[in-house]
Amino acid sequence: MTLEVVEKHLELLIGPQHPGSGHMRLVAKLDGDIIVGFDPDVGFVHRAVEKIAETKGYVQIIPLVERPPLVDCVNVNLGYVLALEKLLGVEPPPQASYLRVLAAELNRVASHLYGIAIHAIMIGSSTMFMWPLADREVLLELLQDLSGARVTYSYVIPGGVRRGLPEGFKEKALKAFRYLRRRLRDYDDLFLSNPVTVNRLRGVGVIEMRDAVNLGIVGPNLRASGVPYDVRRAEPYCVYSDLDFEVMTRREGDAYSRLLVRIGEIEQSMKIVEQCLDKNPSGPILHESFLRGLSPKARAYMEQTGRVRFPALFSALKPPQGEVSVRVEAGRGELFFYVVSDGSPTPYRLRMVTPSFRNLAAFRHVMVGNRLADIPAIYGSLDYFPPEADR
Amino acid sequence: MSSSGVAEDLKRGLEGLLVQVREDARGGITVEVLPDRLVEAAERLRNLGFDHVKSVTGIDLPSEKRVAVVYHLSSYTNPAYVKVIVALRTAVERSNPQLPSLSKVWLSSHYLERETFDLVGVVFQGHPDLGRILLPDDYEGPPPLRKDVVLKTEGIDA
Repeated sequence: MTLEVVEKHLELLIGPQHPGSGHMRLVAKLDGDIIVGFDPDVGFVHRAVEKIAETKGYVQIIPLVERPPLVDCVNVNLGYVLALEKLLGVEPPPQASYLRVLAAELNRVASHLYGIAIHAIMIGSSTMFMWPLADREVLLELLQDLSGARVTYSYVIPGGVRRGLPEGFKEKALKAFRYLRRRLRDYDDLFLSNPVTVNRLRGVGVIEMRDAVNLGIVGPNLRASGVPYDVRRAEPYCVYSDLDFEVMTRREGDAYSRLLVRIGEIEQSMKIVEQCLDKNPSGPILHESFLRGLSPKARAYMEQTGRVRFPALFSALKPPQGEVSVRVEAGRGELFFYVVSDGSPTPYRLRMVTPSFRNLAAFRHVMVGNRLADIPAIYGSLDYFPPEADR
Repeated sequence: MSSSGVAEDLKRGLEGLLVQVREDARGGITVEVLPDRLVEAAERLRNLGFDHVKSVTGIDLPSEKRVAVVYHLSSYTNPAYVKVIVALRTAVERSNPQLPSLSKVWLSSHYLERETFDLVGVVFQGHPDLGRILLPDDYEGPPPLRKDVVLKTEGIDA
């Protein structure tokens, strides 16, 4: 009689053709259907943003950095421009700061709706996939009204924003929010309070507070584990210190609480946008040092239309020598820029650490001990976006 | 706490490690340390309350024949340090870029160090899983973020 030796653990490869979003490969080691080891394999959509940035002028980098986190581009655009302005020593005028926050929060809502939709389809709710994606269109319409583009707005520019508030925008936005608030109740009826959703997500993929801190994860994933860290509160930029909003925090640290934090943040972001619309001060939308560089004709165009013609100065921005680090709260969490300037028209080194890359650390930790069937439920709850992580 | 107060804390906490604590005009705080004191400096900083790493950056400096490595640190739990980001900076020889890994001090540096190995070529000794992460496994050639790798422009700019 011969004995056959069978490996106790099974290695299962998932991806890199991922049904959710973008491309990554998950390597799961299984004992029965219990996950005993988990290794995310990323880099399939790496596009060398940091290297390309070393060959581009400072203004050309705006469309470069906002591509990877496509569904959350205003926040990334804003983070980069804040770093550039810190190097240049330029502060935008107040109206531009309010418009920046307004655009950033509209984009945050769109980004959360996208993430929630992907999460829902991963656990089999196709209606909750269609609804938020369709409702995201409402936000895209608003952002298109504001910036002229449906995605990749390049709305935030050094010293200000590209366009002022279009006529009738406030009414449109308030109408959109009435609609979205109604829809949030629909989401609750159909999905959030649905026993199927609750049973799939509650107590699944728990990240304890201590582990969340050690892993250095960010955004809603961190706050769902009980850490009340939000850059908008910790180190307020633009006008966040003047605005009233709540940092959504929960204690459970499971997949369900991460979903609820995102839902809660949608309401908070709408509150912020409403305050921006109320307070929106009048005045220029571009810093005067750049206004001076505009020809009289371009200036007249700007006054007439509320749109900025790029001053020639932009093509040869040369920040003084030095280095800055800047953080902003993007949709998926903290985004970090570190820019080293040697005084030339291109950065010597541009470091961009995106929230998804930081959240990658959660995968290895959170999956172990869960069941194979829970992988999509947990993966979706982390709102991980491969192009954003790979850059 | 003002940033100068933090700088004082750092100087006190890192006494005896031959570190330099600098504050620049824009409010950034940098702690410069020699590679052989890096681990001890990191442990002391963690004990002070810097509980996570936000970024690890390798900067190629061919003129100095060195590669600078910068860890950006902050805290989620210590209210005095939540508002500050401290740059812990060291440098290694360009031809022999070896540095002890800080992944045992800060778990959050795990993937960030791996990325710096992949793209800048800094070897972090003692890292549990040092390998390619963003580049393809069969990539050959110098690390792409070194200055001797020059990008060729294609298309209408060429």
